[in-house]
Amino acid sequence: MLIFEHSHTGRYSTAQAPHDVAETAIPKHLQRTERAGLPEVSELQAVRHYTRLSQKNFSIDTQFYPLGSCTMKYNPRACNSLAMLPEFLSRHPLAPVSHGQGFMQCMYELQEMLEDVTGMAGVTLTPMAGAQGEFAGVAMITAYHKARGDTERTQIIVPDAAHGTNPATAIMCGCEVIEIPTMKDGDVDFDALKKVVGPKTAGIMLTNPSTLGVFERRIKEIAALVHDAGGLLYYDGANLNAILGQVRPGDMGFDVIHMNLHKTFSTPHGGGGPGSGAVGVSKRLLPFMPIPFIKKNKEEGEQQYDWVTEKELPLTIGRLSAFMGNAGVNLRAYVYARMLGKEGMQRVAEFATLNANYLMKRLADAGFDLAFPERRATHEFIVTLKKQAKELNVNAMDFAKALLDEGFHAPTTYFPLLVPECLLIEPTETEAKEELDLFVDAMVNVLRNSEKDSAHVKAAPYTLPVRRLDDVRAAKQLDVRYQKGVA
Amino acid sequence: MSNIPEDYKYTKTHEWVKLEEDGSILVGISDHAQEALGELVFVETPDTGIEVVSGDSVAVVESVKSASDIYTPITGEIIAANEDLEATPELVNEDAYERGWIFRIQPAHMSELDELLSAEEYQAQLDEEDS
Repeated sequence: MLIFEHSHTGRYSTAQAPHDVAETAIPKHLQRTERAGLPEVSELQAVRHYTRLSQKNFSIDTQFYPLGSCTMKYNPRACNSLAMLPEFLSRHPLAPVSHGQGFMQCMYELQEMLEDVTGMAGVTLTPMAGAQGEFAGVAMITAYHKARGDTERTQIIVPDAAHGTNPATAIMCGCEVIEIPTMKDGDVDFDALKKVVGPKTAGIMLTNPSTLGVFERRIKEIAALVHDAGGLLYYDGANLNAILGQVRPGDMGFDVIHMNLHKTFSTPHGGGGPGSGAVGVSKRLLPFMPIPFIKKNKEEGEQQYDWVTEKELPLTIGRLSAFMGNAGVNLRAYVYARMLGKEGMQRVAEFATLNANYLMKRLADAGFDLAFPERRATHEFIVTLKKQAKELNVNAMDFAKALLDEGFHAPTTYFPLLVPECLLIEPTETEAKEELDLFVDAMVNVLRNSEKDSAHVKAAPYTLPVRRLDDVRAAKQLDVRYQKGVA
Repeated sequence: MSNIPEDYKYTKTHEWVKLEEDGSILVGISDHAQEALGELVFVETPDTGIEVVSGDSVAVVESVKSASDIYTPITGEIIAANEDLEATPELVNEDAYERGWIFRIQPAHMSELDELLSAEEYQAQLDEEDS
């Protein structure tokens, strides 16, 4: 039921908080003539409505959420509550720097910690999301070549296993995308790479570990090959959780990296909420970093932490938004990093990979086919249900839906596209062994049910508020307006 | 088993190519490809009048699962695009080899046709992918 359907003319609640800005008289000609079409409900009706809605959701607070490539880890409550301190919340972004030294110190220290853990020379927190971080990264690569008068470098090499944002980013930056294939063992096809690298190469975008859940073993050779040809290396930080504190992209030879702080550094995410796509760069890209970011002056006092702007960074690619990124997400990342410390960050990767490898082994033992059985998993791995689709007529989507009835959020389905009928499973470091065992039981249960009665599995889910959605209609005729009296 | 007409040519990337009597060439995606994608929700057809080189990405097919580039197997000029697909992209699913054609190209070099896969060779590729 929609909240509008609870509406009763004239019913209302009083404001919950005092106005913190003065009321201004709105000129008569700008005032609305009809009442706004808002739901008219009591406070209790509103509370119940939204509480019920939240209970219908799958969430990390209620269920195991092994959505591969998304790193749905538990986000400690402390990150949230400390980021919500009133001193942070009421800081105005246009206030003089002397009013926000505490906030700026936190952000400066976060920049430093991220530099340290990734092995980069500089970090800026200004991108608002992963995709914007990618954009900033490739924009810096093209700005670098241009500044050197190297204007022929217009090609960005992207492996076919990459996230779709990689080629999209290259196109947004005015580059041409050169796709290279992946080999059967999951590594980039090095010989194919050799053939396309040359004087037109602006750079290569790599995710390492890749979206296939394996570590790119020849990364040093790839880095040398691309660098020797004059190109730069872009590290897509989507899978940073697997290597946090263990290996550093800077040491692998990468020139620029974006980090999804909302994933790896603990902000509840998904559904397009606020993110942070912090970007780290090697020395040669320092002059091109997006602004503003924060510097620390030698003299202590009210100006010790200050903004770096175009004044001292004339070659910057510029601003990506009005202010410096999503302050709340960056603050959560700061608290998380402080709570973990250097050793804790290493344990993130250790337990993320241990959980993934344990789960992978147990599922393989239970009869599931792995996409890369000879490879060790990183923080995630791929099960392919090709056999089940062929023999039992139950595909990855059916499995995903049936898992919902078992009380688990489905893994990522049909990504990466290279692997047919795939489930990309990422347990993260925050799950206990018992939970992983329950997930194996659920997978086995769905498999047994598929063998007994595939039609039943193909009609799942049965226990959720909605059954199978009409994805095609939703894509073609999406209409989510509420119109009074229209069902 | 997917449908692979004998009188068409195919590509490794699952496009089909049909030589018409007037010397122009129709391009679409194979029955296997449409089945793998699932019901299409959008097809971006190429502009007509543009010169393309074989291997260029000229169109996009999008289903709820994924969006895929369509590459022209032939060098030449795009002389028509299937405008029906704008309102009814599912034509590709219903009739991949006839009403689901995507674009028509005037080939620059007929010899390029010889480099494409025959129905038999395409079937062999599908069998290999399946194994």
